[in-house]
Amino acid sequence: MERRRGTRKGKRLAPYLLGAPAAIWLGVFFLVPLVTMMSLSLQRCDSVTLACRMIWHFGEFPEQVSQFRPFFMRSLYYAGSATVIDLLVSFPIAYWIAFRAKRKNFFLLMLLLPFFVSFVIRTISWQFLLSDQGILLGTLKNLHLLPENFHVLATGTAVIAGIAYNFLPFTALPLYVSLERIDPHVLEAAHDLYASRRAAFAKVTIPLAVPGIFAAFLLTFVPGAGDYLNAQILGGTSNGMIGNVIQNKFLVFFDYPAASALSAILMGVMLIGIAAYAKVLGSRTIEEYI
Amino acid sequence: MPEVDVRLERVTKEFGDTVAVDDLSVDITEGEFFSMLGPSGCGKTTTLRMIGGFEDPTYGTVYLGGRDVTDDPPYRRDVNTVFQSYALFPHLNVFDNVAFGLRRKKVGKEEIQRRVQEVMHLVDLRGFGERKPGQMSGGQQQRVALARALVNSPKVLLLDEPLGALDLKLRKQMQLELKRIQQEVGITFIYVTHDQEEAMTMSDRLAVMRRGRIEQLGEPEEVYDNPATEFVAGFLGASNLLDGEIGSHQDGITTIKLSTGSTVLVPSDRMPPDVETQVKVGVRPEKITIRNDSEDLPAGYNSVSGLLRVATYIGVSHQYKIDGPGGTELTVYVQNLGAVTPPAPGEKVSLAWRPEHTFVVKPSASLSEEEEEE
Repeated sequence: MERRRGTRKGKRLAPYLLGAPAAIWLGVFFLVPLVTMMSLSLQRCDSVTLACRMIWHFGEFPEQVSQFRPFFMRSLYYAGSATVIDLLVSFPIAYWIAFRAKRKNFFLLMLLLPFFVSFVIRTISWQFLLSDQGILLGTLKNLHLLPENFHVLATGTAVIAGIAYNFLPFTALPLYVSLERIDPHVLEAAHDLYASRRAAFAKVTIPLAVPGIFAAFLLTFVPGAGDYLNAQILGGTSNGMIGNVIQNKFLVFFDYPAASALSAILMGVMLIGIAAYAKVLGSRTIEEYI
Repeated sequence: MPEVDVRLERVTKEFGDTVAVDDLSVDITEGEFFSMLGPSGCGKTTTLRMIGGFEDPTYGTVYLGGRDVTDDPPYRRDVNTVFQSYALFPHLNVFDNVAFGLRRKKVGKEEIQRRVQEVMHLVDLRGFGERKPGQMSGGQQQRVALARALVNSPKVLLLDEPLGALDLKLRKQMQLELKRIQQEVGITFIYVTHDQEEAMTMSDRLAVMRRGRIEQLGEPEEVYDNPATEFVAGFLGASNLLDGEIGSHQDGITTIKLSTGSTVLVPSDRMPPDVETQVKVGVRPEKITIRNDSEDLPAGYNSVSGLLRVATYIGVSHQYKIDGPGGTELTVYVQNLGAVTPPAPGEKVSLAWRPEHTFVVKPSASLSEEEEEE
């Protein structure tokens, strides 16, 4: 009897015990830094000694917004464009692997293979690829398909291309998962009910892929907007994103309050945007599809 | 003479090296409840899918209402399907599921409203329009699938084991429902099942299929009482089969010599036409009367004797297993009339039945494991 009660107690506690490591991890390494960062944005720090003290200075926020508005706009624009490109490019790939391919795992691996290479190395190789006399532009210029003074590197286009390339798997995989889960009989049923291929795609496939599209958007747009490496390597000097500003403030100017305020603003903008987006697309989500 | 609604003409379907449907021809008439019955892998579902347009025949032609539709995609065929898995649209509520076909056909808003309400009433789902399929029971989802197909008033409704996922009680109830609905709407139903009782309950005619071919096609009574092959006899309910050899024909009566030496009489018009000397003689379990060995036989009855092995009482009837001649196991069902003392296991008994309840079939090539399981 005694033993049985012990087992029951263990069962009741099991979920908490199993969740504890993750909760502690998140608490220490996510929540604490987050709160620290938020409070830093309200402090004043000595730029030499780095000693900070709380002065409840909310003025940092509007100041940073007005000063770096173009960087914010560029971040949203670059990440948004890259996300749209990624959705357009990876939907057909994901669709093909989910519905047509015979060796799904092989093609998924092919899709992911480039991403076994480091992020930095991949981005630098795009620098070579897009350089004025590189493989791509050099060849096209030699063939006189492009004017001699044409260049991509150090433009917004290069940054968008880099982000789109680097975050492609984060778009393709959620799309694949949601498409793969569609019961082929449901598509047969649509055809049976007089839906042509196109109508079945629009009325059944796409709506059923919405949770995947939403996840793909989140996983591409959010890290894309916070990214600084692509702008730094491919964007030249005049196409900086907000990530570059934050990085500079933290690591070059040691202006912790400004950097913290910028990070908090970026996070706030994203959360508001995502909440609005979820209202439109994501409200009909997961539980319906299980 | 009612018109032919669906005609399959020498249809063959091959998947790689496997022949799923083998040179099959059948005419299904308008307003008929037609079943295709057989074990898994017999080609019944493939045949249905070729009528629906989901599979292209390798050879042969499919006609719907006299028109060759072999090359038409499903969405250009005036047939609708109730899928085994229901295949409801999970993102749409019940109303939108049912209205899907009408909307594709650009039917007006008010008419959609009216027709959906009508068919929801027919399948007894009024008030469920706002529900999502995921919030409904299996039986309710099944009704939605049926309504979604019926609302389009197709020429032919195809049903692919639609009751397979339901429990026994609901199944029985839905069988009667389906039959009622079919009579009410009066369209042709083509029904695929591996459940012989289900097929017999509902069908006007049924085709017993095996290995991509039709073994026998006819009304349920005909197929049950006079099976054409050993396979059909075995698949459609329990049957008792004894090895025999054709003897003499006289006065419309054929004498068959059993391997044990005794003889059995069969009306000659019940003999299959293309039979050779070696045959199997059969009788259905409920056609047999069981009596103590000592009692006299009614005149003109066929009989064999055996040892009663198992007696099972199941309320409406007694079921007996008897060790018959030549090591065969025979089954007998006796209605529970409560008048006589039932025989007990271990007793010697004699089994008697009328010659006109006897059937004769060609021995089938040995049945595969899979077919016997079904």
